[in-house]
Amino acid sequence: MEKASLQQIQIGDPLNRVEGQLKVTGKAKYAAEYNLSGVTFGVMVTSTIAKGRIKSMDTKLAKKAPGVLAVITHKNAPEVPGYKAAVNNEGARVYGQEFRLFYDDQIHHNYQPIALVVADTLARANEAASMVKVQYEQETHHTDISRNLDQAIQPARPEDYSRGEEDAYLTAPVKVVHEYHTPIQVHNPMETHATTAVWEADNKITVYNKTQATKISQQEIMKAFDLKEENVQAHSPFVGGAFGSSSRLWPQEMAAILGAKVVGRPVQVVLKRDQVFNMVGYRPPSRQKVGIGASAEGKLIGITHEGYGITSRYEQFTERMMDPTKSMYHCPNLNAKYRLVPLDMSTPCWTRGPGETSGSFALESAMDELAYALNMDPLSLRMKNYADKDPENELPWSSNYLKECYKQGAERFGWQKRNPTPRSMRSGEWQVGMGMASGIYKAVRDRAVARAKLLSDGSVLVQSAVADVGPGSATIFTQIAADVMGTSIEKTRFEWGDSSLPHAPGQFGSHTTASVGSAVYDVCTALKQKIQELAVNQKGSSLQGAQATNVVFENASIRLKNGTTSLTYSDFLQQQQLPSLEVIKESDGGPLLEKYSGKSFCANFVEVRVHSVTGEVRVQRVVSAVDAGKIMNHKTAQSQVYGAVVWGIGIALMEEGLIDHRYGRHVNNDLAEYHVPVHADVPDIEVILIDKEDPVIDPMGAKGIGEIPLVGFTAAIANAVYHATGQRIRNLPITPAKLIS
Amino acid sequence: MKNFQYVRPTQQQAALETLAQDDKAMFIAGGTNLIDLMKRNVVLPEKLVDINRLPLRKIEPTSKGVRIGALASNSEVAEHPLIREKFPLLSQALISGASAQLRNMATVGGNMMQRTRCYYFYDAALPCNKRQPGSGCGALQGINSKHAIFGFSDKCIAVHPSDMCVALVALEATVLVTGPKGERQVPFKDFHRLPGEHPERDTNLEKNELILAVDIPASSFTQNVHYLKVRERASYAFALVSVAAALDLDKGTIRNARLAMGGVAHKPWRLMEAEKALVGKPVSEETFQQTAALAMQGAKAFEHNAYKLKLAPNAITQALKTAAGLS
Ligand SMILES: Cc1cc2nc3c(=O)[nH]c(=O)nc-3n(C[C@H](O)[C@H](O)[C@H](O)COP(=O)(O)OP(=O)(O)OC[C@H]3O[C@@H](n4cnc5c(N)ncnc54)[C@H](O)[C@@H]3O)c2cc1C
Repeated sequence: MEKASLQQIQIGDPLNRVEGQLKVTGKAKYAAEYNLSGVTFGVMVTSTIAKGRIKSMDTKLAKKAPGVLAVITHKNAPEVPGYKAAVNNEGARVYGQEFRLFYDDQIHHNYQPIALVVADTLARANEAASMVKVQYEQETHHTDISRNLDQAIQPARPEDYSRGEEDAYLTAPVKVVHEYHTPIQVHNPMETHATTAVWEADNKITVYNKTQATKISQQEIMKAFDLKEENVQAHSPFVGGAFGSSSRLWPQEMAAILGAKVVGRPVQVVLKRDQVFNMVGYRPPSRQKVGIGASAEGKLIGITHEGYGITSRYEQFTERMMDPTKSMYHCPNLNAKYRLVPLDMSTPCWTRGPGETSGSFALESAMDELAYALNMDPLSLRMKNYADKDPENELPWSSNYLKECYKQGAERFGWQKRNPTPRSMRSGEWQVGMGMASGIYKAVRDRAVARAKLLSDGSVLVQSAVADVGPGSATIFTQIAADVMGTSIEKTRFEWGDSSLPHAPGQFGSHTTASVGSAVYDVCTALKQKIQELAVNQKGSSLQGAQATNVVFENASIRLKNGTTSLTYSDFLQQQQLPSLEVIKESDGGPLLEKYSGKSFCANFVEVRVHSVTGEVRVQRVVSAVDAGKIMNHKTAQSQVYGAVVWGIGIALMEEGLIDHRYGRHVNNDLAEYHVPVHADVPDIEVILIDKEDPVIDPMGAKGIGEIPLVGFTAAIANAVYHATGQRIRNLPITPAKLIS
Repeated sequence: MKNFQYVRPTQQQAALETLAQDDKAMFIAGGTNLIDLMKRNVVLPEKLVDINRLPLRKIEPTSKGVRIGALASNSEVAEHPLIREKFPLLSQALISGASAQLRNMATVGGNMMQRTRCYYFYDAALPCNKRQPGSGCGALQGINSKHAIFGFSDKCIAVHPSDMCVALVALEATVLVTGPKGERQVPFKDFHRLPGEHPERDTNLEKNELILAVDIPASSFTQNVHYLKVRERASYAFALVSVAAALDLDKGTIRNARLAMGGVAHKPWRLMEAEKALVGKPVSEETFQQTAALAMQGAKAFEHNAYKLKLAPNAITQALKTAAGLS
């Protein structure tokens, strides 16, 4: 008992990850590590053209190859009832007709899966897959956004927005207008997409998959196969990185399920690295134009932002490219236009800071350009145009500590020491530059349910279907539960990552903590209330008749505030003659949320060095100041910022999915040629967490932190490169080739 | 990937015979390049002859310099005291390559025999004369930002990816090979080939030959050397352009020089004219810029690699300056 009191955990403590030991000792099981009895291996054959139809497919050799159990194609695939159903765009997360695996002979994009070869070993499945011979009837394809801008459409779910006068920047005393380009970026988590699927005789499907949302997996499988909820289970407690790429059901899940149905044994499908580039989502490239006008004193007068993204021909994937522009600054006149270019590509997918990351590169680069046009400090320009309510809708902020981010970030970074003149700072052969940018990202909350159980040993078990793809959610939910219940970490257990647990939204959009955290908070609060009710009504109990305000919960026990009497949770259950006590609670934000605009904020400060002879860029140091509400766990929160900064370095300096448009095919689709930062690219990162409660969004005071530090970050690097070299690179990534030319 | 047989002989003769018996057999050393190529169906051996048990791992001084066994790992060579002291250029080049894990597995022989990283070579669905003679060169009109500016042909514009080989060609190493016709020595500059009409052949190693060792003659290039590698991230990336520069200085005058480039041609690109021009010149930025200009004669760019026409001479000047202690 004393021990428990010593180890009382509170919200905010930098607790180590509860699953950390499992992960570092290799005991955490990932989707392709379920060696179920009789498991077989499926390998996908993918198309080598971007558009057309399959004229013929010769699978004879493959079928005869040793160990092969089945070759599944559009000719023989089991029927998927959901594929025949009419498209219903009402609730669909992406508008349009989802990709249908092995449905017909049509080729919609390169690397489209066209067959699954199932064999008793992976090696045999691989070899047999290479024996499938395909003949195509090829049609002209288009995969280049730049050459197809004239084909752009207004998406069915428009993102356009305006306030005040249109194109007001044009007549402003000082103005800048430029185009900004960002390339395709691919999530490229270390763990490639994988699924082990089981189809039991009574139409019961279990998938061990890689997902950010077990409930979404479950519902999409139910829909596809027309099955009831109790017939479908998705299990995914450990995910080796996802970043948005596992937020919907993909071909590897469908293939494994279909394979399992055909061979009557579990089937495991793991995508190869090259297959990940054009099958399971990517960040669409963008072509943007930003015009900003201001008064001579630097008051913004008008912003015009036009952006083009791409989508497939079967779905309209839209992202929030315009969001930062709408809300970041006080600016009376603003118009934003967003268009999609449908191409012969697979559908893109949400990618960390989806839309905001690309959009803010343009906006925050343009703000920097405006600062130079005004001969004004870039930070002062931003402070001057601080918005004290959300200019998009005039709603008050739920909380906003952006000014604190600016202030503390600038102080820590030493922004005052910066010589404002470009090319003015040097260290030997390296040109030194400093840049900054602001960021804004929605902080919202969704419906979530949690179950809490008080167990006979006095410990607490809390459950939710939520995924933990790496940010540390399971840890902070354990922490919230322990804090509310007054239990030690050892006596608090959180279970997650399975669709049979209470409903949770997907782990994306930086809203897991606010949504599921609230449900955990609320259900534990409800459990306490139930304990209290039962305890005070118990005849002969030392707590009989006590007022709710007069009891405290600590050290895994309940006691009277002023008294010394206390009743441990396990004694309480015994008194009640209960084996355990369970509460389920559904939580949502309620109507209050609609009266406020919830956002997280950040200010990033970056110092770069650019080699004057070779054009190599090295990020020298980073200060990232973040307002993400109250911090639930300083360690995991800081790691989220580190991760975002590393992403930002990658996007700014190296990431680029290259397509040879003659073939409509990615060419640098492995990790040797698609570069992400290595350790040597990552400098000292100083994280400032403002750590102030948001009074509106959830009872813990938290906002989201997974994406906010990335918003604007790439512009901070580009701005620093400009300051170092006088070269404005408006076309990511910023490579030696561009700087030297 | 195609399934294959696997043998692991302990005798050199047995290894050579096993290879010769089977047209589709290949040697495997560290496997860091070959396995990748097999996984992507670029090469499809039916038998792998693992040579790791052959006694070819030694690094020893010889009367003329040093002999490095073909199976010595890239890390062993880079960190060997003799190499660090007498051939620091080689050590620097090796350390700039790949990652620590790869260097631990990669061997000297494998490094010399590694294939190009040209995108079109790596994707069996795209044309490539090197992978499939007669299918065309995908890079010529395609994405050629990493490609050659020297010595290419209309059949192939790929570059050789090795860092180690750039240092070895500068140090005038010799390759000791053996095969059905016995042992022979190949000067390093003649080991790799230009693509010409036959880009499918990277080297002059004959069918069924085995690399035994590399000999490097002792030289005076022990102090003023520098391997400069320009790349798109700080580590673990192939060179956009690299330069191996070695100077033998007599106070402020250049007595002798060696210069080679990587990332610019189908083979490690030795710059003999430029080397000659350096001899007798004073150490100065001007000298090095002139050398760089001379080295670039005949360079030609494609659609996406024009930056190399500027980056390469910059890198040469920079490498020479660093070697001379000017930078
Ligand atoms: C991600 C990545 C990054 C890399 N970055 C770099 C880099 O920056 N710089 C660089 O220089 N290299 C780089 N490399 C390449 C690396 O150096 C080579 O893969 C390695 O040197 C090959 O050696 P190995 O022993 O593994 O060869 P293997 O893969 O075993 O063999 C390669 C070829 O050599 C043949 N072979 C091997 N030994 C002999 C022999 N004794 N006689 C005849 N033939 C033989 C094999 O048959 C095979 O064809 C990188 C590789 C990877 C995967």
